[in-house]
Order: sequence, then structure tokens, then C-alpha cells
Amino acid sequence: MTKASPNPLVAESPLKEAWGVFRRSGLALFGLGLLITIIIVSLIGPLIYTVDPIEIIWAPLTAPGMEAVVPLGTDYLGRDMLAGLINGGKATLAVGISAALITVIIGISIGAMAGYYGGQALGGRFPYHPFPKLRVTEFFQVLPPLLFAMVLVTLFSPTLPIVAVAIGVVSWPATARLARAEFIRIRNLEYVNAARSISATDNWIIWRVILPNALPPLIVSSTLSIGIAILFEAGLSFLGLSDPNIVSWGLMIGSGRQYILDAWWVVTLPGVMIFLTVLSVSLVGDGLNDAFNPKLRDR
Amino acid sequence: MALLEVKDLVVDFATRAGKARVLDHVSLSVEPGEILGIVGESGCGKSMTALSILGLVPSPPGNVSGGAVYLDDENLIEASEARMRQIRGKDISMIFQEPMTSLNPVFSVGEQIAEGLRLHESISSARARTKAIEMIRAVGIPEPELRSKNYPHQMSGGMRQRIMIAMALACGPRVLIADEPTTALDVTVQAQIFDLLKALQQQNNTAIILITHDMGVIAQLCDHVAVMYAGRVIETSTTETILSAPRHPYTQGLIACVPHLEENPGDERKPLMEIEGVVPPLTELGAGCAFAPRCARHMPVCDDQKPVMTDYGPSHSVACLALADGDAP
Repeated sequence: MTKASPNPLVAESPLKEAWGVFRRSGLALFGLGLLITIIIVSLIGPLIYTVDPIEIIWAPLTAPGMEAVVPLGTDYLGRDMLAGLINGGKATLAVGISAALITVIIGISIGAMAGYYGGQALGGRFPYHPFPKLRVTEFFQVLPPLLFAMVLVTLFSPTLPIVAVAIGVVSWPATARLARAEFIRIRNLEYVNAARSISATDNWIIWRVILPNALPPLIVSSTLSIGIAILFEAGLSFLGLSDPNIVSWGLMIGSGRQYILDAWWVVTLPGVMIFLTVLSVSLVGDGLNDAFNPKLRDR
Repeated sequence: MALLEVKDLVVDFATRAGKARVLDHVSLSVEPGEILGIVGESGCGKSMTALSILGLVPSPPGNVSGGAVYLDDENLIEASEARMRQIRGKDISMIFQEPMTSLNPVFSVGEQIAEGLRLHESISSARARTKAIEMIRAVGIPEPELRSKNYPHQMSGGMRQRIMIAMALACGPRVLIADEPTTALDVTVQAQIFDLLKALQQQNNTAIILITHDMGVIAQLCDHVAVMYAGRVIETSTTETILSAPRHPYTQGLIACVPHLEENPGDERKPLMEIEGVVPPLTELGAGCAFAPRCARHMPVCDDQKPVMTDYGPSHSVACLALADGDAP
């Protein structure tokens, strides 16, 4: 090497660049920190604070700060609120994240197929393709999601995996529409043709050429769908449609709702946890949105 | 036997206005190491010829209704999609017009060249990367190791077109189709790209089909020329013959349209020649010659009869009824 060249030839991958923008946003970093804290507490907390959240250990409806043994009080049966909050996070986050994953997997697959094969572009070569114009998506979209999810959970059993699947199954259409729109936009760009001219297969083009280019909005929407799924899970638990044997924040709110006038903490504390979690996810999602679309910042 | 031979290729497109015959019995051939220029106005079927050779005619609305494309002795029109995939990029590859949009923005250029290699050859990713760097060096980009890690947006248009050329040549194709490879570039860069194409072509004995609307480019680069009009080849010959003694009125018009410095001594400047009228819509072509409405040598018979390619001397064919009439050009 002769001299250090003045123009920075050092390549920055799009992801690295996005992280650079993300890092500069205070709110996004705050959200990320909060989310990481919540996750760590949910995972490690139960090992440190070993009180069983299901065991009745004190007088029912003890207010927070009254007794040192139960710092955040007890619920209507006399179970430790703090233990509930620490243990409930795991179930809530697990359901939220796996439901979001299901949403994303179904949504992107169907959206990709519909966007890539749909319409006139390649129809002739594929006499049969399952999702020609997202009719399936529309079918799912006209069903009221909460009602549909309730039916699914009641039909099977109110266990956490079923709840996650139900949430995923009712919320994928939005992701599918987004993916489809992106695929339709990108499938006719010249670099897709160029890939075809060096013999790329349809699968290769969908997953290796178009998807990476469609990812930014999809990543943002996936992140936000975690928050939506968490709220959804809370809603279902509130209605009593969640596993009663596993503590989750939603379940705590649901089972404590009769006592809201006498014991504010029974509902408020898990509510605050859900609020913080969804807030942190939304902040991260917003940060990602800015990071991937710097032009849209301050919109 | 020519390396690549297009024979009586017919391509139709279904449009709202009816069936449009975008390629009408197009015949071309290229020998190894030869550069064939295809020249004509926008919409005359140049790019469609290229896409048909690669089997990339969008279908529907497009449809190859007849003819054949022979690579060696294999008819590519009848080849399976799987076989075409083996051929694309490996035996025949293509450079597109717009270097700004033909590269995938989310992968580094080195990765993209390597990917093309790995689609055809079972080589390790490390080997593919090394070969990609060699290709980047071969197309004359300095510091190829560093540059291979660059993303398309970090490169200029000329640089990107070089990358496209590296991608197209990575697997050592026997035929390279260059679809207006320099239209989007500066004139100076244009000359560099052509020099590069010519050098690489001589090195590897690649046959090139160069699609352009620029007679200057044809004169500089090509051995043979095919002039197209409204989906038909109307005159083919060696570059020299086409430039010095064109016979089809349309070709004559095209060449007269090119400004010359020497022809205007003093201040007696003639206005630049132009061909009157426009290319008719392909859905409204009648039974006659498509050029007839604009032709200076129009005869009544031109409206009812399609001229066929007729030989006028060695490797010079013209499709024009006025010539067939025995008229001197």
C-alpha cells in the first residue's frame, strides 16, 4: 500500500450503517436498554428471588411496602406480587416473541410468494400458485382478530404455545401485505433481472436477492409486532384465555381485576410492566425505523 | 456453423391494443471472437432479441411463437428452464444498460461476483472470493481487494459497469450480450468501457452481441452489423459495407443522421438530416413494409408486400422491395 487513500474505500455494510444511526438516538438506546433489562430480570430474576409466585405466603391483598417479606404486597390469594412480576415476564415475553416470530414467518412467506408470483409478471411459468392475489390474506383480515384468537384458544386449549400460535395466526396479514408490497416493488428492478440472467432460480431470487432488500421495513414491523403480541396476550389472559397454571402479567391483571377498587397494586403493577415492555419494544422499533430510513426521521 | 444463430425468431406480445409482433422473423448469427452490432431506434426489438436469446422474455404477456436460437447445435427455445439456467451466465451472459440499478444494493460487489460463480461452479466460497477479486482486477479497477468489499452505492457509474462486466465474464461465457452498456455513462467513460470490452474479448475470443443506437459505437467496435426496424432485421453486412455503402433506405437515413465535421466546409452548413415520421405502433403494422410510410423511395407495392432478406453481394443482405426492383441504390 502506498499511501492512505483520502477517499474512504472501507466498506460499511448496510446493517453496520443502520446501527451507527440507531446508536445516536437516545430514545432508541433507552428502549433497547430497558428491553434488555426486562429480559435479563425475567430470565435471571427467578434464580435470585426464589419465592414461588404460586404459593400463598402472606395475608391476601397486603399493600406494597407494608411488610418486608412481601415488598410489593400480595394478591387476592396472598401470593407474592414481586415474585409474580419477576416470573410473569418470562411467559409474557416468550408468548410475545414467539407469536411475533410466527407472524413474521407466515407473513413474509405468504407475502413473498404473493408479491413475487402474483399478478402478470411470471404467471405463465407457474400455472398454479397458492396465493395469487392475497385472497387468503383478505380472508384472514376480515375476521376480527381478538374474536378469532379467542375461538382458536377455546377450541384447542389455553396453553401458552396455543396462545402464541393463535396470536401469530391472527396477526400475520399486515406483515404479509407489507412483504408483498416490497416484493412487488423490487421484483421488477433491474438487479433482479440481472440475477436471472446469471441463472438464479426463483427461490434464490426470493430469498437471496429480494428479501435482503425488503428487510428494513420488515424488521421494523416485526419488532413492533412483538409489542402488539404482548398486548394481545395480556388481553387474552385478562379474558381468562391463558394458561391459569403459568404466571404471566396478563393473567395477574385478569385474576386481580375484581379487586381493582380495593387494591390498586394488584392490577397496576403488572400493568406497568406490560406498559414498560411494550414501550421499550416500540422505542426500539422506532429507532430501527429511523436507522433504516434516515430520510424519514422527524416525521 | 456459427456459434450462436438466431433463426426466424418470432415473438408476440399480447397488449391491450391487440397482438404486437415485437420480433418478426429475426435472423442473426455470430462467430467466436466476432462482435455483432444490432442497431435501431428505441422499440425496434433490439433488447427483446437479447432477452429471447437468454429465454427471459416475460411470459405472459410475451410469447415466442416461432423460430429457433441455436447455440452450437442446441435449440435454446426448446430447452428446459433447468437447462437454460445452466446456459445463462455460463455460456451466454448479459450486461444491462443501467449500471446504477443492475447491482444488488445490499451485497458487496465482490459477494455478487462470487455468487454468480457459485451458481455455476462448485467451488468453495473462499475460492470464489479470490476469483471475484481477480475479475475485479481484470476489468481494471485499482485496489481490487478493497474494492471487492465495497457496496454499489460507493462506486461511480463507470466503475459499476465494470463490475457488471466482471460479473458477466466471471464464468468465461462464449457469448456476451451487451445491451447498450454505455448509454448511461459519460462519453469518456464510454470509451474506456469499450476499450475494456474489446480487450477482454480479444483475450478470451468471446463473441459479443452489442446492442446500441449509436452508429459511432458500431463503427468503432463491430465486425458485423444488423440494422433492425419495427421488429425485423432489414439489413445485415460487415461494418464497412454498412457505413460506406448502405443499401436500405432506412440504413442510409440512419447514417445520414450522424453529424460529420468534415462535410461542412466554410459556413455552408446543411441542416442535419432526419428521417421523417415515427416508428408505427407494432399493433398497427399492415401487410406491407413497416418502413414504407417514412420511406423516400416508397413504391405502391411496398404497402401490400413484406420485403424479404435478399443477398446483395457476400455477407450483405437487405430487405427492400425498391432494391429488388433492380433499381440502383
